[in-house]
Amino acid sequence: MSASTATAPTTSSYGGLAVINVERIKLFTTRSPWWCMIVAAVLSVGLAALFTGFIPSDQEQQATIFITQGGTQFSQMVMMVMAALAVTTEYRFGTIRTSFQAVPQRSQMLLGKTVVVGLLAGLVGLVAAFGAWFIGTLFVGSADLAIDTGAEWRLLAGRGIVFFLSAVIAVAVGILIRQSAGAIAILILWPLLVENLFNLIPKIGDDLSKWSPFQNASSFLTQGNDGGFAGAVGDASNYALSPWWALLYFAGWAIGLLAIALFSANKRDA
Amino acid sequence: MIEAHGLTKRYGATVAVDNLSFEVKPGKVTGFLGPNGAGKSTTMRMILGLDTPTAGSVTIDGTRYRDLKRPLTKVGALLDAKWVHPNRSARAHLAWMAASNKLPKSSVDRALDMVGLTEVAGKRAGTYSLGMSQRLGIAGALLGDPEVLLFDEPVNGLDPEGIVWIRTFMHRLADEGRTVLVSSHLLSEMALTAEDLVVIGRGKLISQSTTQEFVDRASGTTVKVRTPQLDQLAGVLHQQQLVTRIEDVEGQGKVLFVEGDLTTDQIGESAAAHGIVLHELTMQRGSLEQAFMQMTGDSVQYHATDGQLPDPSITEVAAGPKEDN
Repeated sequence: MSASTATAPTTSSYGGLAVINVERIKLFTTRSPWWCMIVAAVLSVGLAALFTGFIPSDQEQQATIFITQGGTQFSQMVMMVMAALAVTTEYRFGTIRTSFQAVPQRSQMLLGKTVVVGLLAGLVGLVAAFGAWFIGTLFVGSADLAIDTGAEWRLLAGRGIVFFLSAVIAVAVGILIRQSAGAIAILILWPLLVENLFNLIPKIGDDLSKWSPFQNASSFLTQGNDGGFAGAVGDASNYALSPWWALLYFAGWAIGLLAIALFSANKRDA
Repeated sequence: MIEAHGLTKRYGATVAVDNLSFEVKPGKVTGFLGPNGAGKSTTMRMILGLDTPTAGSVTIDGTRYRDLKRPLTKVGALLDAKWVHPNRSARAHLAWMAASNKLPKSSVDRALDMVGLTEVAGKRAGTYSLGMSQRLGIAGALLGDPEVLLFDEPVNGLDPEGIVWIRTFMHRLADEGRTVLVSSHLLSEMALTAEDLVVIGRGKLISQSTTQEFVDRASGTTVKVRTPQLDQLAGVLHQQQLVTRIEDVEGQGKVLFVEGDLTTDQIGESAAAHGIVLHELTMQRGSLEQAFMQMTGDSVQYHATDGQLPDPSITEVAAGPKEDN
């Protein structure tokens, strides 16, 4: 039996594909990711139906693509929860140790997980955004919901990028916190509550808010879009950076957090 | 071959493993013995690169675990049978492990077959009994057909059938030329399983030797002799500078015990030379338990005290390390 070991190419590395394959198997062999993905898609499409289906007929003309996208934020939360759980359940059940045992180059293994979870979230983001838009076109056929400006493409297609980066942040927080409840609490409270509370702080609150990561993600998505009856959400004056710089800034947060997480995962005892 | 040099692990002020050096040789089962909290699990985690040593190093055939490429083909380990996602099937669990080291799909079937889990491989691992989980853990360890195997307390909580199965299995693995390290706090189990023993207490090495030597050295041997010519034999043995004592053993009358490092051959020959009749001549070996108690006496962390509160310095040690035996 040991003879077969001798012939194994022990010098070859796993390569990126192996760790991606591993994480793909891990993710799709339990049920919760499937549920998260279904819930995420249904939330954005279902809420879009509610948002557009009950518009009084005299306001129908004011409906815009932006109006259909209200539910995608919730989808994003769900995908962030899924991304965090992909890490924290490994800590909870001890499989992280089996993982590090199988791939002792921890960064490689965790990057594989980040890529798989991120790409999946990005895909769900696209489905959520375009699905919600499509439902909108069905319910308010009289309004102009055609995708014909760069800002509108950014609002829909950009959702995939924002979902991807949000998932990266969620994986990083999961690695740092190593515990489901704590990680999920942070990931939900931060964008929904903390970034909004900044506005209440006098003087510096406005700047804090403008420079907080998820504000910049929504800056990237909404700048230049017509808010319709939701108001002037697309005004550049609401944001610190131009759309693509805002995306880069958000990406910087994601990469920074992931770098800290990988560093700490390599240092800590598993 | 596993080699540890000055391996040390500190958690804050607590020293879980203290300057530990030992080696584990291929082709036999080596027992890793010590009371609960002695640092066995911590040591095993350091061997596998899960915990980073505070000082010292441990290598597998000269390489640190974290520098191994495709480590499952070199080292297989079962540290905790519960390290499985309860909602994932046994087959899926092994499938991702195999994928991580680019092992062929057939290795999963082979490993399942070796531990006899093929029939239930599609079931969620959370529904498994402890014995089945243990088998799944062993399947994971064997997946890459490794030369080195580590098992942490593998018989804990198993029924007798499971214990015999694991014991036989380990001997088979060692007979195939592999390096097998098994930790346990069960001395009787080690006496049956291990040829070599690495004994630790409070993170320090107490002894490394064969199981036989460990028992011999720690407890010495006594030879029991029954003979109708008791006094005559005692006299002969005294002339050879041997220490003897005569005891009344119930149902056997007076019995002669000869102490010291000697063999039954020696006594039998002396008796024959003097024409003394022997009814019984037996070597009485100290048990592994006796040897262990004698040698680890002051290394046990959780001494039972006579109604006194434990020494605070001891409880601090007990609370510190994440020893999960």
